[in-house]
Amino acid sequence: MRVPVSITINGRQYSRDVEPRLLLVHLIRDVLGLTGTKVGCDTSQCGSCTVLIDGVAAKSCTCLAVQADGLSVTTIEGLAGDDGLHPLQESFWNKHGLQCGYCTPGMIMASHELLRCNPDPSDDEIRHGLEGNFCRCTGYQNIVRAVRDAAGSATGGAQ
Amino acid sequence: MFAPQFDYYRASSVAEAAALLAEHPEAKVLAGGHSLIPLLKLRLAAPSALVDIGRIDSLRSILEESGTIEIGALTTHAELASSELLRSRATALAEAAGMIGDPAVRNRGTIGGNVAHADPASDLPAVLACLGAEFRVTGGDGDRSVRASDFFEGLMSTAIGEGEILTSIGVPTVDSACGSAYAKFAHPASRYAVIGAAAALVVDEDGSCTCASVTLGGLVPAPVRATAVEEALVGTRLDAAAIASASGLTGEALDTDDVLGDVYASAEYRRSVAQVWVQRALSSAAARCG
Ligand SMILES: Cc1cc2nc3c(=O)[nH]c(=O)nc-3n(C[C@H](O)[C@H](O)[C@H](O)COP(=O)(O)OP(=O)(O)OC[C@H]3O[C@@H](n4cnc5c(N)ncnc54)[C@H](O)[C@@H]3O)c2cc1C
Ligand code: FES
Ligand code: FES
Repeated sequence: MRVPVSITINGRQYSRDVEPRLLLVHLIRDVLGLTGTKVGCDTSQCGSCTVLIDGVAAKSCTCLAVQADGLSVTTIEGLAGDDGLHPLQESFWNKHGLQCGYCTPGMIMASHELLRCNPDPSDDEIRHGLEGNFCRCTGYQNIVRAVRDAAGSATGGAQ
Repeated sequence: MFAPQFDYYRASSVAEAAALLAEHPEAKVLAGGHSLIPLLKLRLAAPSALVDIGRIDSLRSILEESGTIEIGALTTHAELASSELLRSRATALAEAAGMIGDPAVRNRGTIGGNVAHADPASDLPAVLACLGAEFRVTGGDGDRSVRASDFFEGLMSTAIGEGEILTSIGVPTVDSACGSAYAKFAHPASRYAVIGAAAALVVDEDGSCTCASVTLGGLVPAPVRATAVEEALVGTRLDAAAIASASGLTGEALDTDDVLGDVYASAEYRRSVAQVWVQRALSSAAARCG
């Protein structure tokens, strides 16, 4: 069986006939070629595949493409606007919130979710908010700094 | 990992979902997919078709009606955790939902899928059993309500029959003299419950306990009531000494061969530390009474 799906990704509509078993992450990466979103564990644990579905963070390795039919998806490629990088991208860069960068797209999308729910989180809340995302390089300290920095710039704070 | 092939049908109403299940007896219901999709990817399940109920908006609600909070099966863990109604009237449920997995898991996973899957390491079965929830099931032979004690039949097995759909869960509301809480020993990697303890307490005007409900999950195939603990609490003032001595009776509920163990935490270890989590749940529930 193939099922028609129509998904708006980063503001652009894509229509494809897909097998129901196709995972959203494979639609994004392999069918549409948007390779910013990564697959780390493929078992719902590491968060490197995190995207926003209708503005809310989800692990795209644990979602079927057909479940996103008619919905709007944002991937890391969709965060930067015409006026440059998203504040989270800027602060991950400035605060060295990455080394190899493999976890970074998911980490930034999960941070986006965290700041959506809690625009001014404490360090503890940042750590809890990112508990579904693994980083094998940084030791997390600079990721926490980056998110704090982005929260500061988004709320016009002092950082 | 690639799931085996299956057909896919999206239902726009409960009636349509029930009709699809009747037409495709080998099909499985798909809600948030956060238990089912991992199983499909590991090829531990291979249904011929999925009936996606995820867009049936009427199943996504938290409403208070005549002494019951009725929670639609598709309500997500994130919605449970942030509901003001649940936080004030069924605190243990909101608390447990907020401890599930991580934020992205809580955004997609649903209460209905969680209890229908009935993983022993899930958090919500023990809490719902503790709060005396009723499970509304439809399809097959019509509508029925099942009490928690009859709903959870054993390891990953519930009273939901073939062709049936869980539509909502009714949680009795409590007055302000009641407090409830959930305490969880979370597996550090998976974040599932190694041990989960849910407690709900009622006190009279003098602060003396008139009713106690204590349920354990995580370390048993299906939620277990700790009746000896409950009985020991009634009539006490729920002070630290009373809670400590009642918690010490936790082992009586676990005096079976059923206690689960694994490479991370053996059955003996879980059985012996369970009382710590019971004590923590009771202490928070007592602090919330009144
Ligand atoms: C990384 C990760 C961590 C997790 N951590 C925890 C945790 O700490 N604690 C915890 O409790 N859970 C945890 N979970 C499980 C999570 O709570 C799941 O969301 C939940 O168990 C299943 O809900 P779902 O809506 O995703 O159901 P699905 O996966 O869609 O369905 C699960 C099962 O229930 C059936 N089903 C679903 N809805 C209905 C219905 N309305 N009527 C009849 N049958 C139905 C399906 O057919 C299927 O068999 C975790 C999951 C992941 C991926
Ligand atoms: S690849 Fe999706 S959570 Fe790891
Ligand atoms: S930067 Fe390498 S995994 Fe996080």
